[in-house]
Amino acid sequence: MNVIYILWLRQVKRYLRSRARIVGSLGQPLLFLIALGFGLGPIYEKAGGGNYIQFLAPGIIAMSILFTAIFSGIEVIWDKQFGFLKETLAAPVSRFKIMLGRTLGSATVAALQGLIVFTLSLIVGFRPVDLWLLPLALLIMFLIALTFTALGTAIASILDDMQGFQLIMNFLVMPLFFLSGALFPLDGLPAVITAIARVDPLSYGIDALRQVLVGQSHFSFGTDIGILAAIALILLTTGSYLFSRIEA
Amino acid sequence: MTDRVEYVLRMNIIDVKDLTKRYKDLVAVDRVSFIVPEGSVFAFLGPNGAGKSTTIKMLTTLLHPTSGTMLVNGRNPIEEQDAVRKSFGIVFQDPSLDDELTALENMQFHGVLYGVPTPIRKQRTEELLQFVELWDRRDDQVKHFSGGMKRRLEIARGLLHHPKILFLDEPTLGLDPQTRNHIWSYIADLSKNERMTIFFTTHYMEEAERVAGMVAIIDHGKIIAQGSPAALKAETGTNSLEEAFLKLTGNVIREEDASSADRMRTQRRMWRR
Repeated sequence: MNVIYILWLRQVKRYLRSRARIVGSLGQPLLFLIALGFGLGPIYEKAGGGNYIQFLAPGIIAMSILFTAIFSGIEVIWDKQFGFLKETLAAPVSRFKIMLGRTLGSATVAALQGLIVFTLSLIVGFRPVDLWLLPLALLIMFLIALTFTALGTAIASILDDMQGFQLIMNFLVMPLFFLSGALFPLDGLPAVITAIARVDPLSYGIDALRQVLVGQSHFSFGTDIGILAAIALILLTTGSYLFSRIEA
Repeated sequence: MTDRVEYVLRMNIIDVKDLTKRYKDLVAVDRVSFIVPEGSVFAFLGPNGAGKSTTIKMLTTLLHPTSGTMLVNGRNPIEEQDAVRKSFGIVFQDPSLDDELTALENMQFHGVLYGVPTPIRKQRTEELLQFVELWDRRDDQVKHFSGGMKRRLEIARGLLHHPKILFLDEPTLGLDPQTRNHIWSYIADLSKNERMTIFFTTHYMEEAERVAGMVAIIDHGKIIAQGSPAALKAETGTNSLEEAFLKLTGNVIREEDASSADRMRTQRRMWRR
């Protein structure tokens, strides 16, 4: 059996075994869908935007992927001190394989989480325009998941303990989400917000997802996928480098 | 056969010379030198913050030394990381099992990481889990295990890839006397029957006195005494290793700033995964 595979398997098993955590983590996206979807829906429609739930659902799916991915990346901090990682670091395996297996596993988990939120959004009234494009949507979800797991891992490789966690939540993860175009269209915004949205990798992920699921977009599909893939690659490389320098 | 055994007896499986680890404002390990003969039970003792864990981390390739040389099983931990890593098993001070996997899955994971072929892994897993009396609980998730069971599983796991050296960093910390006895009897078995070298740290001096053939005492990053427990007692004119230890290291309580691991132990209680 392969090292990368067993690390992947470990992440997936841990996810499937923590039912309470799965259910718990669905509360927030569901609340966003209901409160924002139904709360802002009428205004959005009056302003000529169309059905807000259709617009919002891809953003909320991406949000749940973002949170799950960053958290499982940051879990490396725990693993460094207590968990398994310490065991893996003393094993005759390259750090790159460890990082890759773990990241692929966490990204799979985050994409699964996105798929569950997608299903929930159907209950709330979301209707994708073309179900045949669903596999492509899944691929985009996985790409988003990969990008942010790598980011979480990179951060966790530098941090010693959970002291900086709040800082990362409020100054990185939340802005990544709120300024990404998950909740509002990126057209006609103040220049500063537009600029921020343009450097936020999540913007491109959400835009691609929205294009595939509901046929609306801000950037071109090629731009979305190109930029997202490039950022995923950069973060994976940075993440592996920082991860390889971890000392116990 | 006898010749081989003689030769093996004379080999030093760990050979450390002038090993130093310097952080910005602190010398954690200061020109430490010692040898560990193959097949021996070696106790590495010292007060809190003396440099024990730092030394173990360097020997086990987890930390780069500032200067000095080391050989573990004849290999250099800095240049031949993987060769050294295959030669030892380690039980860390903090449990490093995956709580949400079963005992068997933890063993499987370890076997795959160390490249143990599947049939051998399965057979050896059964032997080892029988040995530490956890075979009946093999399909239970580790989070349901007591502290002593976790330790036993960690020892079994550390032995899966047939290491020549077993590092144990305070293996009996926080365990009741029954479990401690149990664990030391496994370890004594291993040393006797498999001629495995055991390198351990502990704060329980009576344990060290009972099981260790060789003792080194480290304080403020420096080795201040080494030899058999009997020799150390004779040298200091004391009746027990504990008295000898206190005579050598003094009675001052060591205040150690909380490390990131200590801080996280507190946080862990609040932030259960």
